[in-house]
Amino acid sequence: MATKLIPKELAKRPDRLSPGHRLCAGCGASIVVRQMLAAIDAPVVIANATGCLEVATTIYPYTAWRVPWMHNAFENAASTITGIEAAYRSLVRQGKIPEQNVKFIAFGGDGGTYDIGLQALSGAVERGHQFLYVCYNNEAYMNTGIQRSSATPLGAHTTTSPAGEVIPGKQQKRKDLTMIMAAHDIPYVAQAAPSQWRDLMQKTRKAVDCGGAAFMNVLASCNRGWRHATDETVELTQLAVDTCYWPLYEVENGQWRLTYKPKEKLPVEEWLKRQGRFRHLFRPENRHLIDELQAEVDRRWERLLRLCGET
Amino acid sequence: MAQLKGWKEIPIAGIILEAGNAVEYRTGGWRAFRPVRGEAECIHCFQCWLFCPDSSILVDAENEKMIGFDLDHCKGCGICARVCPVNEKVIRNAGTKLARDDARLCIRIVEEGRVKE
Repeated sequence: MATKLIPKELAKRPDRLSPGHRLCAGCGASIVVRQMLAAIDAPVVIANATGCLEVATTIYPYTAWRVPWMHNAFENAASTITGIEAAYRSLVRQGKIPEQNVKFIAFGGDGGTYDIGLQALSGAVERGHQFLYVCYNNEAYMNTGIQRSSATPLGAHTTTSPAGEVIPGKQQKRKDLTMIMAAHDIPYVAQAAPSQWRDLMQKTRKAVDCGGAAFMNVLASCNRGWRHATDETVELTQLAVDTCYWPLYEVENGQWRLTYKPKEKLPVEEWLKRQGRFRHLFRPENRHLIDELQAEVDRRWERLLRLCGET
Repeated sequence: MAQLKGWKEIPIAGIILEAGNAVEYRTGGWRAFRPVRGEAECIHCFQCWLFCPDSSILVDAENEKMIGFDLDHCKGCGICARVCPVNEKVIRNAGTKLARDDARLCIRIVEEGRVKE
């Protein structure tokens, strides 16, 4: 019997990520990791792409991980975990170790997933390994000091897309990695957010039990890069969901399903105005970018509704 | 770690053999604000436990009680106070915006150094 998804029940098992890691106060990444690992009863093995999570949880000679964990390079978290997975299955087949229903998970940030690790990820899921790749998406290279990535939204200020007199933040739209992964036609793809923790945990369980390659894209706010107070992490993640900027859905064996529909779809402005990285958009000369962002959110939301058979 | 080990004594390839030994590193010193339990009754819903980025909510899991904060590791982000449903209720009942250190709250956020123990 799987542990019920009730906090009191989940708290009975020790945390798989220890305190004492050096992630910033109010970091969204560790919330994602804690919630996801709490949802899994089976033993797990983790590979981590280079990024905040990797750097801050394993500052030598300390590690915050209470599970087997490996870091290799920036671009190859997916290859690393599939190598571990293949070795495990081979050893089980040879009778050298017992079958323990081990779950294999790779964590990467948006830099290590959307950009640098994309080909390794694409290859790994195409080969059909049985593992889950989790992108904790904070929408820029936060670890090295907030540089734009292909997950950074239009108009966002980063140090490599600075908002100034001439250029109003990032000039390109973000790419939709969840859709790209869905196009791989693997058993399970989902988009989630820690503010909807039960949804995130249910998806985690489906992903690790799907019997093949799974991918999850999880929004994890970074208060340093998004520029908000440290205690607003959960709230802002939820606002991204309620504005339909970050819709929660899953694609299970080709079946698209919306897992959360906001009671009222809020204007994307409600989410933007709470973050310093978008502050310049509220100057009169940049207002058109907010309209552009809204149009983009609406267009993607409508498309998703169609795919999920909601219209 | 009282004494640093020499290169012949440490495991090869940067392997760390003690899982979760980061607990020995105290991040509590980063804190500018501290969570303190206020007057409102805790309902032991474990929402703070669920959202703490630093696993710093102490719980008595067997008896299903929230028992306090791990101040050796808590970085003072204040998320616990924001996700607390009792806080939400207290704020709603008060009808006005409450300061983060209002005594009526379930989890108060108090400036470090101004805490009356």
